[in-house]
Amino acid sequence: MQLLYFAWVRERIGTGEETVEPPEAVRTIADLAEWLSARSSGHAGALADLTKLRAAVDQRFVPLDSALGEAKEVAFFPPVTGG
Amino acid sequence: MIRVSVDPAPIDIGTELAGVEETGAGAVASFTGVVRADDGVTAMELEHYPGMTEAVLCDLAEQAMARWGLLSAVIVHRVGPMVPGDRVVLVATAAVHRREALEACAFLIDRLKTEAPFWKRETRDGHSRWVAARAGDAQAAARWADGSPD
Repeated sequence: MQLLYFAWVRERIGTGEETVEPPEAVRTIADLAEWLSARSSGHAGALADLTKLRAAVDQRFVPLDSALGEAKEVAFFPPVTGG
Repeated sequence: MIRVSVDPAPIDIGTELAGVEETGAGAVASFTGVVRADDGVTAMELEHYPGMTEAVLCDLAEQAMARWGLLSAVIVHRVGPMVPGDRVVLVATAAVHRREALEACAFLIDRLKTEAPFWKRETRDGHSRWVAARAGDAQAAARWADGSPD
């Protein structure tokens, strides 16, 4: 599974992308965030407060409690601020 | 005609609007977003999600084309480093009459602000920080959820 991070999520984690293979127990986006938090203090800091995060699965916005399913690409980022 | 562009190059309004006018529409509306020079901002940087950003903008343009029967919808968004006075975004719409062009233009910029994956970082007094999303933007986007705005 390809992970992408943007804005301050990317900065706190220290990379914009990485490839991971989460175990089967990781079923939702929120599960994934919790599992990733064990990887480093940067991950833990960036992913601690889910209310500040938004996510996309295969380039579509999804709620954080949605199932990962057959996701190939998952992105974590703050609420968008374009325009 | 739909044109969507996400690019670090400066936005040339004249060229973009000339392209929209070529559709032969009677009404062309546009919105330009500019890096604000107030409250001490000295620089701004825009980050995006390559691929998804363009797909979201194309989807919004297609919605506007269908909902208002547009002849053209153009969304050009700049990314990368900018300074106050630089154009960040241009939205332009063309329709047979002004009401459709104006409403579709407002719809596109309101929805772009809450749905397109862009993130702003501002620098003031030598310190840069990520801009927080504004509740007012969500309210502006929500008014287009069904039917015409208030």
